[in-house]
Amino acid sequence: MLEAVLFYILAAVLLGMTLLVITRTNPIASSLGLVVAFGALAALYALLSASLVAIIQILVYAGGIMVLMIFVIMLLNLHADDLRPMAARGLTVALSLLAVMAGVLGPVLLVVFPSGNWIMAPLPDGFGGIFAVGSKIFSDYLFPFEMLSLVLLTAIVGALVLSKRKL
Amino acid sequence: MDLLFPITPTHYLVLSALVFGIGVAGVLSRKNLFVVLMSLELMLNAVNLSFVTFSRVNGDLTGHVVVLFVVAIAAAEACVGLAIVIALYRLKETVDLDFFKSLKG
Repeated sequence: MLEAVLFYILAAVLLGMTLLVITRTNPIASSLGLVVAFGALAALYALLSASLVAIIQILVYAGGIMVLMIFVIMLLNLHADDLRPMAARGLTVALSLLAVMAGVLGPVLLVVFPSGNWIMAPLPDGFGGIFAVGSKIFSDYLFPFEMLSLVLLTAIVGALVLSKRKL
Repeated sequence: MDLLFPITPTHYLVLSALVFGIGVAGVLSRKNLFVVLMSLELMLNAVNLSFVTFSRVNGDLTGHVVVLFVVAIAAAEACVGLAIVIALYRLKETVDLDFFKSLKG
């Protein structure tokens, strides 16, 4: 029962904040909505007993990526006439897309995964904790993990080169 | 009542599909570069929610590993994307997508 109450509260916060993100004119308002949405998402991960992923979500997304984004928004010092509100046509596109998503995906999900016989199984101890996920990464996924460091290095160098005025 | 309670993985998947749809709508309908980037992040996060849900259902941690990789890639993407935004702003003094159409045929 508690899980259901928490799920619906978090889902309402998540959907409300994502709608805020795509409808606000001011990008700062959008990004603050996105921070709250990430917080709700982290709580949903915790509800799915993914504790490490929940903490990484807060640390990296809400704490790292969003700070970078807000930093750049403030760095550019946009004027009010640079910002245009969401066009009425955009709203139509958004609403029709949502209708299509709900109309197509909802029935498919309900047919493929009927809610009656699809319950969450009991889990082993320490599922989703730092030890279990860490041993998975450093045994089965060691090579992709090391490649990831290369990707991040490339991204850092690329961002420096792109944003430099003169090389 | 049967559909709303108890909470099954389907509920999480429907929520993830809705967030993904909102993200797609944001990318397609907004003209502000920042909002488009943020909608991209929303779509990545919706997919992450599906991964974690399936991981929970199957009791397999591979989904969590993939989510951690996606978060790292998203950090790289945001970093390069924001650098491109800064370069574009320097070029045209605006972040409105309608002004960036030099490649339009």
